[in-house]
Amino acid sequence: MTTVNLKRRGRDVKGAAFKGVLLLSLIVGFATLVTLLVDVFRKGWQYVDETLFTNPPSIDPAIAGARPAILATIYLGLMVILFTVPIGVGTAIYLEEYADRRRWYNRLLELNIQNLAAVPSIVYGILGLAFIVRGLGLGQVLLAGALILTLLVLPNMIIASREALRAVPDTIRQGGYALGATQWQVTARQVLPAALPGIATGSILSVSRGIGETAPLIMVGAVTYVAFDPTILGPFTALPIQIYQWVRLPQEEFRALAAAAIIVLLGILLSLNAVAIWLRNRYQRRW
Amino acid sequence: MTGRAEAAPVRLQSGRVRYGELLIKGLLGFCALVSVATTVGIIAALFIPAFEFFQEVSIVEFLTGREWAPLFEPALFGVVPLIVGTLSVTFWAVLIAIPFGLGSAIYLSEYASARTRSFLKPMLEVLAGIPTIVYGYFALTFFTPLLRDVGISVDIFNVLSAGLVMGVMILPTVASLSEDAMAAVPRDLRDGAFALGATRREVATRIVVPAAISGVTASFVLGISRAVGETMIVLVAAGQQPNLTFDPRAAVETMSAFIAATGAGDVPTGSVEYKTIFAVGATLFVMTLILNVISIRLVERFREEYE
Amino acid sequence: MSVTDAPVKIAGDLQRESTPRGAAVFDVQNVGVSYDGNLAVHEVTLPIYEKQVTAIIGPSGCGKSTFIRVFNRMNDLIPNAKVHGKVLYHGADLYGKDVDPVEVRKQIGMVFQKPNPFPKSIYDNVAFGPRVLGWRKELDERVERALRRAALWDEVKDRLKKNALGLSGGQQQRLCIARALATEPDVILMDEPASALDPIATTRIEDLMHELKRDYTILIVTHNMQQAARVADMTAFFSVDIAPEGDRTGILVEYDETSKIFTQPSDQRTEDYVTGRFG
Repeated sequence: MTTVNLKRRGRDVKGAAFKGVLLLSLIVGFATLVTLLVDVFRKGWQYVDETLFTNPPSIDPAIAGARPAILATIYLGLMVILFTVPIGVGTAIYLEEYADRRRWYNRLLELNIQNLAAVPSIVYGILGLAFIVRGLGLGQVLLAGALILTLLVLPNMIIASREALRAVPDTIRQGGYALGATQWQVTARQVLPAALPGIATGSILSVSRGIGETAPLIMVGAVTYVAFDPTILGPFTALPIQIYQWVRLPQEEFRALAAAAIIVLLGILLSLNAVAIWLRNRYQRRW
Repeated sequence: MTGRAEAAPVRLQSGRVRYGELLIKGLLGFCALVSVATTVGIIAALFIPAFEFFQEVSIVEFLTGREWAPLFEPALFGVVPLIVGTLSVTFWAVLIAIPFGLGSAIYLSEYASARTRSFLKPMLEVLAGIPTIVYGYFALTFFTPLLRDVGISVDIFNVLSAGLVMGVMILPTVASLSEDAMAAVPRDLRDGAFALGATRREVATRIVVPAAISGVTASFVLGISRAVGETMIVLVAAGQQPNLTFDPRAAVETMSAFIAATGAGDVPTGSVEYKTIFAVGATLFVMTLILNVISIRLVERFREEYE
Repeated sequence: MSVTDAPVKIAGDLQRESTPRGAAVFDVQNVGVSYDGNLAVHEVTLPIYEKQVTAIIGPSGCGKSTFIRVFNRMNDLIPNAKVHGKVLYHGADLYGKDVDPVEVRKQIGMVFQKPNPFPKSIYDNVAFGPRVLGWRKELDERVERALRRAALWDEVKDRLKKNALGLSGGQQQRLCIARALATEPDVILMDEPASALDPIATTRIEDLMHELKRDYTILIVTHNMQQAARVADMTAFFSVDIAPEGDRTGILVEYDETSKIFTQPSDQRTEDYVTGRFG
């Protein structure tokens, strides 16, 4: 027992510094988030009142409200869910359960969806402008906005649905087949119900992404000054558009109104996301 | 004599075509075609008018001209100021998003306890979920004055404010994709490195990040792509003056902002000014397409290594 | 499970000569390990002698892998793992207040059950340890020396820059041994180093151990009794204690020269295990 081994060591300066830099990275995000929320609330809270929800916009900030915009955003959300869920889930079922992945066209389909998920939203706006508004002759109406938002969030919906379907263990399918069920019977009666929570969560998250978008709506003609309640085939605005409009006006009050509208928008999004998370936690099955 | 001498023939064929199943498969395939139609639509919507545009305006002038003034007499169609504007804002955004995004990912993956992660990951998700118009509002009404207070004399609309705020918006994208990549690196590689006397920092920087490099790079490329295509932050906070400058304190117009501003306006359909939307849109689309394909390829390569 | 019922033979073809016992490198005193409050290993006391091969054998679930990780503080990396008791390494407390686990691991190396080469070149794998230690000079010589000691040099000397993942399983494991040797440790811990390898590769690893024990102290966990009989000078037999609630705790049953363990075990449980009646 001769050797004496020293195990003490100087402080790991590099290690501590590195960890500090990493924490700084997180602080940047966190600090911005907190500052943003505090700033928006401070400036906008005074304007979050009944007027905001019942009145149309006006050049007089004292009586200006965001009623048409709020209604339109809600309608858009409902329409987007209505359109996205069947098409998105249908596509996901096709890709996960039916498609032969070795075929080139199916692989291309997958690549296509991944690419569409990353296309800038303004490009979707151009698509809407060219085909839906002027091409289809639909005009600058709420339905056009809903359609284009649907196309925008569809890739996200497909990807989320595929994850939900993939999470269903294969033994469930095989059990169904072993009983002599057809593919659709297995899919509709075994797989889909099992994947439903994931699909529901995914659709809520996709929609919440959609109603926060502004650029595509600008391109399909969301008008910034709409004083009446929106109808499906009429001119429309939306909450993000209203925020955009108010932010551009020079008066301080309109900046504050914009902040108020932001609070409403964030409130809607928060509620949607909370529902999605609750769904996920409540119905998530651990296989 | 009741026993059967031979068994009845066994029928295994279904005897009828299951039309219902075919119909279902057809319907589902049709759903899938929607996404194909979207891509075809995007390409048609962009490139047909763009093509027409380039009948009237030389593509060389478009790509190399340094003045963008489509509504002037005589109209000038050099897209360089718009591209420079886009790249300028992207630069500042990426300056924030990549180092801090990667740093956040490394911390979450290699340092944070399960409890810390359960608190920090949602924070990043919230950051990612805030609508871009809200970031635009923040950049214009809070951040620009803040920069001025600190002594940086920026114009009301400026690149720096929009770029830095955009960086924070994109940070979660980089962080989450990088973190996924690092989480997929098998545990026994870390164990092997620790057993050799490496510190946590050395394991993270010399083993984990290099092993996850395809996924990490994919996250960078995707972040750049998002910055290039982003519209609302720049529309609100960076301005609509197509200045050809790299000075971050000045106002610029990005490609996306131009498209949005023009699309919202009352440009007569079919005019050259109207077609600029598509020409610029096509340019933007090509740029992001290249970046996206690179990113997708990198993710595929990364998935092959670890799955 | 052993195939035979007879006690494992220690004939001349197995252990060459029992190396005379030197000083104790480790002094383990009442060491236990618990995860989240559940005791995985109970109060172990034994000395580990230098420049010998010491084997830890026992049925699965008896905490062998947990126990070996006490020696290089790898359990520190598992949250909620606690080590009780004292481990003296050349007289110094491994778990003392000022001890840096990083330093410990530089002097006590480890080879894992499944070969885990880094996705880098062969050279960079072996050079990783020295680089991390700050030994930048003579890197080429260190790498060559380590590879020679691991009996891998001749096979890879012409492709040092090639990716280590292109090697066979047995070669990868020898690479991992070379990697551990490159930091010039005092002790090498091996957690079932050959269990993922084919018999020929296994034999090479065992021959390597005979070579290495001239210069290093080796502690090996193995579920293969014949292997322990072939390579080890001292053998520790662990068993599982199952509590009424179902908690499994590993306990040291017997620790002696390998030949004694396999021919004249003192404890009935040891005899049952080595003759293959259970395990």
